[in-house]
Amino acid sequence: MSAPRTLLDKIWDDHVVCEPSGELPLLYIDRHLVHEVTSPQAFEGLRLAGRRVRRPEATFATPDHNVPTSDRRLPIADPVSKQQIDTLRANCREFGVRLFDLGDADQGIVHVIGPELGITQPGMTVVCGDSHTATHGALGALAFGIGTSEVEHVLATQTLRQAKPRSLEVRVNGRLLPGVTAKDLVLHIIGRLSTEGGSGFVIEYTGEGIRGLGMAERMTVCNMSIEAGARAGMIAPDVTTFDYIRGRDFAPRDFDRAVAAWEKLPSDPNATYDRVEIFAADAVVPQVTWGTNPAQVVGVDARVPDPDAFADPNERSSAARALDYMGLAGGTPIAEIAIDRVFIGSCTNSRIEDLRAAARVVQGHRVAGTVRAMVVPGSGRVKRQAEEEGLDRVFREAGFDWREAGCSMCLGMNPDTLAPGERCASTSNRNFEGRQGKGGRTHLVSPAMAAAAAVRGHFVDIRDWDYR
Amino acid sequence: MEPFTTHQGTVAALDRANVDTDQIIPKQFLKRIERTGFGQFLFFDWRFLPDGSADPGFELNRPEAAGATILLARRNFGCGSSREHAPWALADYGFRAVIAPTFADIFFNNCFQNGMVPVKLAEADVDELFRRAAAAAAAGTQYRMRVDLRECTVSDDAGFSQSFSVDPFRRQCLLEGLDDIALSLRHADAISAWEAAHGLPPVGA
Repeated sequence: MSAPRTLLDKIWDDHVVCEPSGELPLLYIDRHLVHEVTSPQAFEGLRLAGRRVRRPEATFATPDHNVPTSDRRLPIADPVSKQQIDTLRANCREFGVRLFDLGDADQGIVHVIGPELGITQPGMTVVCGDSHTATHGALGALAFGIGTSEVEHVLATQTLRQAKPRSLEVRVNGRLLPGVTAKDLVLHIIGRLSTEGGSGFVIEYTGEGIRGLGMAERMTVCNMSIEAGARAGMIAPDVTTFDYIRGRDFAPRDFDRAVAAWEKLPSDPNATYDRVEIFAADAVVPQVTWGTNPAQVVGVDARVPDPDAFADPNERSSAARALDYMGLAGGTPIAEIAIDRVFIGSCTNSRIEDLRAAARVVQGHRVAGTVRAMVVPGSGRVKRQAEEEGLDRVFREAGFDWREAGCSMCLGMNPDTLAPGERCASTSNRNFEGRQGKGGRTHLVSPAMAAAAAVRGHFVDIRDWDYR
Repeated sequence: MEPFTTHQGTVAALDRANVDTDQIIPKQFLKRIERTGFGQFLFFDWRFLPDGSADPGFELNRPEAAGATILLARRNFGCGSSREHAPWALADYGFRAVIAPTFADIFFNNCFQNGMVPVKLAEADVDELFRRAAAAAAAGTQYRMRVDLRECTVSDDAGFSQSFSVDPFRRQCLLEGLDDIALSLRHADAISAWEAAHGLPPVGA
């Protein structure tokens, strides 16, 4: 009998093409997702070397980082953004890659449309020139971000040179309490692991606290694995996964046979991980980041920490620098922090479930007079679904901007940016200096917490919310 | 790719942990469709004041960092976004090596694709190098180091010498400046065999 294996072991073993002596293994890549920012140099490399895309049918592209979220009928105002999007279009045409273009009903953030269209599936290896590729691990895939040279390598060979990563089990016991979301859970986990605690590891999230999550919530958790330094996060596929994929455009035609194979993927009962970290779901409260990396996070009922409270000198200087940038004083209660902007969107939290959660909070309320708030759906499909459910009206009537799909203010490559000094409650994944605009100050929160902050003008504990 | 065997140069000391790739190359400069020309935007928001002049307080703008080709950094260097624009910007600015206690995984891999060596040293060794760099700056001189990829050592002229480990395959590719796509395409038969075994139609069919 063979040794028990983890989900990672099984996918890895199945995808090693060869391990030539003295070289790193070549890993076969099943799905390659491409966007406009990290691909132009890769296609140019192919052209210069006279190479072609080995498996165009395994490659899917969409423009998302640069795209305006305002009226799509208008031309793109920024000529450099336009050039990058035009270049993606031309490259996809030249190399035969399927493109979900601007104006296509299915365009959207690459990590939203991949699962939504059924392109990414359990047991697959998935890569993209984007660190949030870990999102697709929620389906039971091994999915991770790569650099542009590696994008070129995958385009040309459909493989990647990879050393096998170590495995980290993040086991979440118990269930999340009411008002606490997957976003709070993953921020809590990152806070404990630190921004580099997962470096060199692939995280497998296990336990009752994970099994009880829906697919959108699982994607939120896996999405932020990279913020703990882990290149990939994954969750074993189960009936929730299969129900999610069934009937999607690119789902396997012989679905029952696919499910039979997918059911063999979960880690064997006695499989061992290189490291295990255990969390209690009921210890998690709604989270708010106070600093300039996602591990600088506390509960909404806490205070901004005093830098002197950190024993580690690196952490202490990093906290002091972060508070200076954020314009915050140690000891300030989180609930007293007033905000100027609210952004609900990004590959972390722009799915229909996220928008429903935010709309439920907003229903019957108005955005505070001091706040500008926007909702950016993750894809054209999410937007249409939300409009069918009337969520757009809830948001608009409350005073939110209702936008077209894209990455938008998660990284502000398009016109959606913070002005210097502006403070934002954001459902995105990174609170780095300048991430949402030079001098902008980002606090990462769940969609419900962002919506509540929009209404009150400052952070509030969503567990006390007045739902109408 | 430019091969890397040994390199001798002066050191710029960036005494900050968790330097993310958004700082190394801010997003407004990711819209170019070339691999070159990113050095002018390296650490843009830290390097330049709002009026466009160089911020004299920023580590790379200090006189001792002028012309530096080796970057000394703290833990988790290159975390965040996968953008290869970060190593492109560092290399285009003139850096050939980055020394830190730890690196983020994607950035670490990206360095090897661009003729640049990421050198992992123990935290105590990095502390010592920061002390030596600071002492040189206080004396009004530049701190010189040598990175030798053939021997896998870093050293200075004042007795510091430490070995570092690097994946043998990555090392060989860097030493010879190999095109790793060409290397992988030598295994095209194995790739085709894998595809056939997994029920995929032949390429081009």
